[in-house]
Amino acid sequence: MARHTPLYERHRAMGARMVEFGGFDMPLQYSGIREEHLAVRQRAGLFDISHMGRVRFGGDHTGAAVQRLVTNDLERIEPGRAMYSMMCNDQGGIIDDVVVYRGLGTALVVINAACRDKDVAWMRDHTDGGTVVDDISDQTALLALQGPGAERILGPLTDADLEKLRPFSTVDGTVAGVDVAVSRTGYTGEDGFELYVWTASQSERLWDALLEAGTPAGLLPAGLGARDTLRLEAGLRLYGQDMDEETDPFSAGLGWTVKLDKGDFIGAGALRDIKKRGPERRFAGLGLEGRAIARHGHRVCVDGRQAGAVTSGTYSFTLGHGIATAYVSPELAEPGTRLTVDIRGTTAAAEVVPLPFYRRST
Amino acid sequence: MPDLSKYRFTSTHEWVAPTDGGVRVGISDYAQAQLGDVIFLELPEVGRTLSAGERFGVIESVKAASDLYLPVGGRVAAVNAALTESPEKINNDPYGEGWMLELADVDESAAQLLDEAAYKALTET
Repeated sequence: MARHTPLYERHRAMGARMVEFGGFDMPLQYSGIREEHLAVRQRAGLFDISHMGRVRFGGDHTGAAVQRLVTNDLERIEPGRAMYSMMCNDQGGIIDDVVVYRGLGTALVVINAACRDKDVAWMRDHTDGGTVVDDISDQTALLALQGPGAERILGPLTDADLEKLRPFSTVDGTVAGVDVAVSRTGYTGEDGFELYVWTASQSERLWDALLEAGTPAGLLPAGLGARDTLRLEAGLRLYGQDMDEETDPFSAGLGWTVKLDKGDFIGAGALRDIKKRGPERRFAGLGLEGRAIARHGHRVCVDGRQAGAVTSGTYSFTLGHGIATAYVSPELAEPGTRLTVDIRGTTAAAEVVPLPFYRRST
Repeated sequence: MPDLSKYRFTSTHEWVAPTDGGVRVGISDYAQAQLGDVIFLELPEVGRTLSAGERFGVIESVKAASDLYLPVGGRVAAVNAALTESPEKINNDPYGEGWMLELADVDESAAQLLDEAAYKALTET
């Protein structure tokens, strides 16, 4: 049985088409992926992302414990700020990609839904008795308000000073009377906010208030379909599809999240070796000619020989052609390289392009 | 709702309807709704002769690629070229502007078709 988020009844009542993802029954789409995608790029979209796992760390050694678990360096950010990081195993394989919020003597680590059980077990096995690892996912909820109109919609509903809230920063406050942490983060490539609702049962009140305030501004509720096309245009990775425990951060183009000089952490030795000898394959963006969609597992070829495989692909509603990401041999990862993708027996022309495919104008 | 009294359907959600001298083929409103936004359509060459139940193309939405099956046999007399640039016509008007093929020399001998009521019953169960 798939789990439900606290907003499940809202999704059903709104006629969302549901899909199982990461062990949850989630909205795939409400009005349609294209419409929802374009709403987020041009106006605003509201997502229920309560399926994402939320783990709170506490205790005297929180800072050191989290530093040992993740590859990025928490010392580089102040309390109240967040950073993207990998959590690796001893071989340097990615257990999960996470966002760590640094608090005062605490930390909140946001993990992928499908990884929740293995991540929490790994965290508990690799911290000492003085560190509390508290999976608060079930008692909390998480909403994302994304798009260029997000600040204007959220502003009148909250006591948080959004103008002063920088990207990857968070502040406690209320929105429509609901206690939340407002975080200027997202997974769409747009400006926007993620709202951590500390009491799950209040999430419907928040959802309703945001919809009511946003609808006149063109906000649409948006599902996982649009979330996927948006994140792919923005060049953001999806765990389980773009990387897994057999993938190291350097191959995945995420070497910037590995800070080998920060002191010891799990996987540091292996990652040092991988960095020295260079990864055997590299993550690359592909622009496709035409409208056919390259999908996970499709073969990437040069002169008819396989030279890699697609990890994610979609039609880019913003760019008007197919886009994909793939692992290819390092010598083929340079932008401008011409490749082909075997899409169910049909050869589609493609070119390596820089990531992200889409970057918002600021 | 368009008048579908002359449309007949397959259990794989294609429709066939008579035109002057032949038939048109497309997919049902139910099918387009299940697929979501159509991005890409692969259709056969004009002049090919195909039989009922044969795969005649691929329709692709963001979510998935699906095969298309011919409701009746015949020779492909025309394909809807407008769909190459505007495949969303299949979502917006599946029984009209979203038509896919016109067939001549139609052969219904091996066809297994449902009328509107029977198809409706199929999609509502």
